[in-house]
Amino acid sequence: MTATLSAPATRGLVEITGVRKSFGATEVLKGVSLTVEPGGVAVIVGPSGSGKSTLLRTINHLEKVDGGHISIDGKLVGYEVRGQKLHELREKDILKQRTEIGMVFQNFNLFPHLTALENVAEAPVVAQGRSKEEARRRGLELLDRVGLKDRAGAYPRQLSGGQQQRVAIARALALDPKILLFDEPTSALDPELVNEVLDVIRELAKSGTTLIIVTHEMGFARDVADTVVFMDQGQIVEQGTPQQIFTNPQEPRTRSFFSKVLEPAFNI
Amino acid sequence: MSSATSRVAQARPAPTGEPATTAEAGAAAAAPGQAATETASAAGGNLTSDGGLPPGGAPRLAADYSSYRVVAAKHPWRWVGTAVVALGVLAVAWSLATNPRWEWGVVAQWFTAQSVVNGLVETLKLTAISGILGFVLGFILALMRLSASPLLVSVSWTFSWIFRSTPLLVQLLLWYNLGYLYEKISLGIPFTDVRFFEVQTTTLISQFAAAVLGLTLNQAAYSAEIIRGGILSVDQGQLEAAAALGIPTWRRSTRIVLPQAMRAILPTAFNEIIGLVKGTSIVYVLAYSELFYTVQVIYNRTQQVLPLLLVATLWYVVITSVLSVFQYYIERHYSKGAVRNLPLTPLQKARKFFATHAVTNRKSL
Repeated sequence: MTATLSAPATRGLVEITGVRKSFGATEVLKGVSLTVEPGGVAVIVGPSGSGKSTLLRTINHLEKVDGGHISIDGKLVGYEVRGQKLHELREKDILKQRTEIGMVFQNFNLFPHLTALENVAEAPVVAQGRSKEEARRRGLELLDRVGLKDRAGAYPRQLSGGQQQRVAIARALALDPKILLFDEPTSALDPELVNEVLDVIRELAKSGTTLIIVTHEMGFARDVADTVVFMDQGQIVEQGTPQQIFTNPQEPRTRSFFSKVLEPAFNI
Repeated sequence: MSSATSRVAQARPAPTGEPATTAEAGAAAAAPGQAATETASAAGGNLTSDGGLPPGGAPRLAADYSSYRVVAAKHPWRWVGTAVVALGVLAVAWSLATNPRWEWGVVAQWFTAQSVVNGLVETLKLTAISGILGFVLGFILALMRLSASPLLVSVSWTFSWIFRSTPLLVQLLLWYNLGYLYEKISLGIPFTDVRFFEVQTTTLISQFAAAVLGLTLNQAAYSAEIIRGGILSVDQGQLEAAAALGIPTWRRSTRIVLPQAMRAILPTAFNEIIGLVKGTSIVYVLAYSELFYTVQVIYNRTQQVLPLLLVATLWYVVITSVLSVFQYYIERHYSKGAVRNLPLTPLQKARKFFATHAVTNRKSL
């Protein structure tokens, strides 16, 4: 079911082309284009308000784009091409597309009235029509994978922030998505809990699932990314390998941002 | 100075295990102020180098109060207040029991009389039917109000507006006299002569139907707002997470949003239901023989007005009490996950009270 380790990933190509998005009079995405290869790990960094999270949310159609388009494995997100027209997909079809894209939120957004296992096993049953028994078994497997098998019966409020976020990752994985989106997954965590979550994501980076991660953890970005994307004011300013972006940024805006967020001792 | 004291205190070996004699403890208790000045002056900037111990000085034992007896704080005014209130309660109870004009004998005689019980059943029936229908309709109205369609929103708003701004009494009389406004009610295709069936309004709208219709529609208008409030109280992130997981819309409402909204809905909803139990008494204007109308009929015959009103009142108290117990357990059910640990039920609390009480009695402190 899951993408096997080491085999070259064949699914999860994300192509973002000229995406624009405004909230009221403010244009938060000003024509963003980005390609993430199947199995690739793209880390988006940049100052707050630069449009990173909005870009992430357009990929699974939580935000409708005002211009441009996004496709996954060549299929448009939120629209269907018929003749020369783009037909908006109905809710049902959008939901089906979303099952291929897992998302992990900054505030976890676990369902507080459901146990960890119920949180993980809910969507496979109602969105993919799997049997309850199968979803349960797979849910326990996934909780085991994030190191929380023994907390399967706990309610989110009985878990620490780091544990909650790991349950949220297991929940996103339960649908066997091609792509996983992480929206600042460690920003709401106490410093000592950050690593337990990053370790889980590091593992996922090797699994062949495409990952797109918005984060402020620069050390983690350097370790895990194939591509680092620097965004500012609704545009992609620069992108490249971690080596290029962190040690030899070409754009003055990139340089000034990293000079503020990287410690002086930060070297590769 | 105070920081120096605390550091020194921490650096000392813990006195556990070695039972300090009272004399030692007393000396140590007298020491703190003195020790603070000593260490502060002696240590100076030297504290970090030797882990906080004063140079050359032997570690001093911290004041040990473990053998002291704890004397509870006294609350004399609490006792005075308790006595005054207890006296008041006693006086009320005494007058209720001894004043012959309450006519408890008459109350007892009618409390379980067949006609009263029949009236009670009618009251329960009205409450249950209009309560359930009212909340179902209210749920639909709340969803309409929250929908993206401007028409649905305004229809829902208008419904609540009309039914909340007219007196229930007027609504009931209007429904009961619908036959005056519309002689016949028919189902057909609008603007054509096609009729599937047609009935006399007066045969369709009985007293019972008018009562249920009036109470239901009125209840729906209020419960719509309660349910809408509950739904709005659920964090937007919950909907987003559910949408991102591809959970279908209806399932999102029933499985994710509603159970969380219930926590906000339940207290007010039970308020409404309890209000409805007593509110049903208003249908006496339709001469519908529910509990209140029944006792009125009886006391008009027997002239025992107050005792019979007491009969009705006591039954309302019984219903409300039973509902309150339901409320407690339903609210507890929906607080799963919202609190770290569920609060104890009264039964569990009582058990715990007796258990700990037995323990403290056994302990000779």
